[in-house]
Amino acid sequence: MLLEWIASILLVSGSIFMLIAAVGIVRFPDALLRMHASTKAASFGTLLMLLGVSFFFAKLSIIWESFLIIAFIFLTKPIAAHMISRAAHRQGTPLWEQTEVDEFKERDGRGMEHE
Amino acid sequence: MTDFSVLHTASAVSLVILIISMFVVFIRLQRGPTLPDRIISLDVFSTLTIGIIAAYTVYTGNPVFLDASVIVAVITFLGTVAIARYLERRR
Repeated sequence: MLLEWIASILLVSGSIFMLIAAVGIVRFPDALLRMHASTKAASFGTLLMLLGVSFFFAKLSIIWESFLIIAFIFLTKPIAAHMISRAAHRQGTPLWEQTEVDEFKERDGRGMEHE
Repeated sequence: MTDFSVLHTASAVSLVILIISMFVVFIRLQRGPTLPDRIISLDVFSTLTIGIIAAYTVYTGNPVFLDASVIVAVITFLGTVAIARYLERRR
């Protein structure tokens, strides 16, 4: 009884975190700011939903499998975000006009221009 | 029986929320001004797919579907890294 309430609360809150990530992707003004929403909020929503799944089944094999997915996501999401942001910077994606610090541009003299 | 209906309702609600957020991300995929925006929204698509698989596993009570989300997590990382490398080389 208690485990099922915990599992349902975790499922619904994880999906709400993913909805927040989706709204942030639409609302934020810049590619790098959008990456802020997509990486953190969506990974945390996945963590909550898979914890809900492992609370629902409460078997060792399912818990192991969901922790495998969580570990893989939390290992690979920062690497993927790093590579996308580096590619976006090298390509010269326009920044938000209120961005103040761009250290790559100060060092290399090239990079993003303000739009 | 009432215990089961709580989880049934919760997984159905989270499925609906995830499908709504998929449509919201699709707006950015269709509108995004540059190519990195579209890559970011495709990355979020895959994360939403993992969430949908998790909610559907609870909805049906069949743990076999959880194997698919492992595959989705692996394939997504490879695809994102490949597209980012291609974008970096292109210039």
